[in-house]
Amino acid sequence: MTAAIRFENVSKQYRLGEVGTGTLSHDLHRAWAKLRGKPDPFALVGSVNDRAQKGGEYVWALKDISFDVKQGEILGVIGRNGAGKSTLLKLLSRVTAPTAGRIRARGRIASLLEVGTGFHPELTGRENIYLNGAILGMQRPEIARQLDAIIDFSGCAKYIDTPVKRYSSGMMVRLGFAVAAHLECEILVVDEVLAVGDAEFQKRCIAKMQSVSSGAGKTVLFVSHNMGAMANLCTRAVVLDQGALAIVESPQNAIRFYHDSSPLYQSPKDLIALQLDSELKFRSVSLDSSDGSVDKIGFRSKVNLKFEYFLEVEIVGLELAVAIYGVNGNRVFTSERSMCFDHPVSVGLSEATVSIPAETLVPGHYTVELAASVPNSRIVQILKEVFRFEIVDDGYHFSRYKDVDVGCVYVRCDWHEQAGQVS
Amino acid sequence: MNSICAPSDTEEDEAWDLDIEPHASLLSLRLGEVWRYRDLLYLFVRRDIVSFYKQTILGPLWFFIQPLLTTSIYVLVFGQIAGLSTDGLPQVLFYLCGIAFWNYFSECFTKTATVFRDNASLFGKVYFPRIITPLSIVLSNLFRFAIQFVLFLLIAGYYYWRGEVHLQLTVLLFPLLVAIMAVLGLGLGMLFSAMTTKYRDMAFLLQFGVQLLMYASPVIYPFSQIPEKLQPLFAWNPLIPVFEAARHGFLGSGSVSPMGIAYSVLFSIGVFLISTLIFNRVERTFMDTV
Repeated sequence: MTAAIRFENVSKQYRLGEVGTGTLSHDLHRAWAKLRGKPDPFALVGSVNDRAQKGGEYVWALKDISFDVKQGEILGVIGRNGAGKSTLLKLLSRVTAPTAGRIRARGRIASLLEVGTGFHPELTGRENIYLNGAILGMQRPEIARQLDAIIDFSGCAKYIDTPVKRYSSGMMVRLGFAVAAHLECEILVVDEVLAVGDAEFQKRCIAKMQSVSSGAGKTVLFVSHNMGAMANLCTRAVVLDQGALAIVESPQNAIRFYHDSSPLYQSPKDLIALQLDSELKFRSVSLDSSDGSVDKIGFRSKVNLKFEYFLEVEIVGLELAVAIYGVNGNRVFTSERSMCFDHPVSVGLSEATVSIPAETLVPGHYTVELAASVPNSRIVQILKEVFRFEIVDDGYHFSRYKDVDVGCVYVRCDWHEQAGQVS
Repeated sequence: MNSICAPSDTEEDEAWDLDIEPHASLLSLRLGEVWRYRDLLYLFVRRDIVSFYKQTILGPLWFFIQPLLTTSIYVLVFGQIAGLSTDGLPQVLFYLCGIAFWNYFSECFTKTATVFRDNASLFGKVYFPRIITPLSIVLSNLFRFAIQFVLFLLIAGYYYWRGEVHLQLTVLLFPLLVAIMAVLGLGLGMLFSAMTTKYRDMAFLLQFGVQLLMYASPVIYPFSQIPEKLQPLFAWNPLIPVFEAARHGFLGSGSVSPMGIAYSVLFSIGVFLISTLIFNRVERTFMDTV
């Protein structure tokens, strides 16, 4: 199969810290080196893109990326925040130029880096369809031809002659996506659009992406944190890690690789930066289990989540919750503090342990979310993916059920029976 | 690191539609690409014009009210209070002509100079030839200029009828004068746009500079009022021949020198070429510094 996009040793360097007055001296330095035919003196300074590590004024957001995207495939791009996913897409959509290397592509590229780009609040929905379509590279006759389909797809027909500043954010996104989805292109670049919109609309988007690639033979490059969508939609996936290409694999293998290679973060320094500025802060979090393991935990051991939190002022109706997510991003279960205690969360520092009973989670990868909220009102604090762990088969008879879906959790129910009774 | 698909060189190397490389040719305006995006240019211009008067009661009338108000203020302050000479011309005509031309130039200049900053959120997400945005600024302001000039001609028509002012043959230079203003505003704007993305100081300097430039140009006074000793000091200003020629053509006062016009034309083209070079360089990576 021929390649639709080819990345050849693509690298992108960014300068860290304040860009401004200081750059003048560097610029002069650079110009001087160029005059003498020397290489760029600052291109050598770059270090590997590791957010946690300090030092180095320049950073390689991408380093020597080479791979092909085949025609007609849906390629997923996976990676932690800051792994270089967005940079990759930015280069491809020509928002910024690579520092080194070369990208070549066949056909028109349409990118949905963020939908609704260039919407003008004062213009009506219809006017914005034209404007947005033209920004994305369509011509007016082309848009006019598709206008009805776009309006229909967005589900905003009633408001199409209303200025978009009166639209809800959901409607805005839907209108934006509708325009982009009707672009006549050979390559579609999608970034995280599925995070917004309601469930019904998401379903439509996914269907559209599938039909685009299978029906019209278009190539799709898809970036998302939603591993479920990734596993369902993609034919192949690449994993980016610290700006370098880790693997190109089947989506299942890539997702597994991604989970295996992602470290747990537990240092309190990281924790503070991740949290919202609010009345409740998690001071420390840790995880252990009754078999002593912290990442590969046996099915028959108990998993203990420990966390310290500090509450500044009393909040009426404050609820703490732990949520366990499966590998596809689906929530396996939730546990709330109020199920065990009646008294409100006390002001000051508290320590809590939440134990997941043994023989509950079936073997697989899980992530943990910690949240403090006033239900139906506001989220006070939230830590997503605060832990990542794997439950492994430690000799339980899962092997009996090879290839049988046993569900997400085992539950020790109360079984009652009386033997030998015939009525 | 097992199955990285290393691009094979054996495969046909033909038929790539898109080639993204670190450096692009500098002096090309990529007019073919601009032509493909002509609809975008049209829609940008339309957006600028329509959104200007949306949710106003008077609507497009504002295009007339604005210059009328400015002119009345100028007549009051510079004409009546300060008593500046207008070479014997009716003050309304004198100021309206100056304001129309000056507004066109300064709007093109200042809007283009901050084009990267103003459109950062848009440029950061989608690719289209960036030059479209400055071009749309020039065109939508041309529309405003046209309206202001129609207003000027209406009032001038009254004075022509009364026989107080007369058209001269130099009025035929009018299209050239507008073109000089457009190219000069665009060129200077693009020149500064490159600098305002990286060094924000330029934006402040620019505000001050434009104001200064207005006083160094015969907008509110005729060139003949500048003392002879000081005239060489002003000779470098390529805007002076434009204002003078415009007033000469439409109102019959002022001076037209072929040398002056030629200088303005060459100056504008020179600035435009240099700025194209810089603009092309900046547009590819400005997102990293803005």
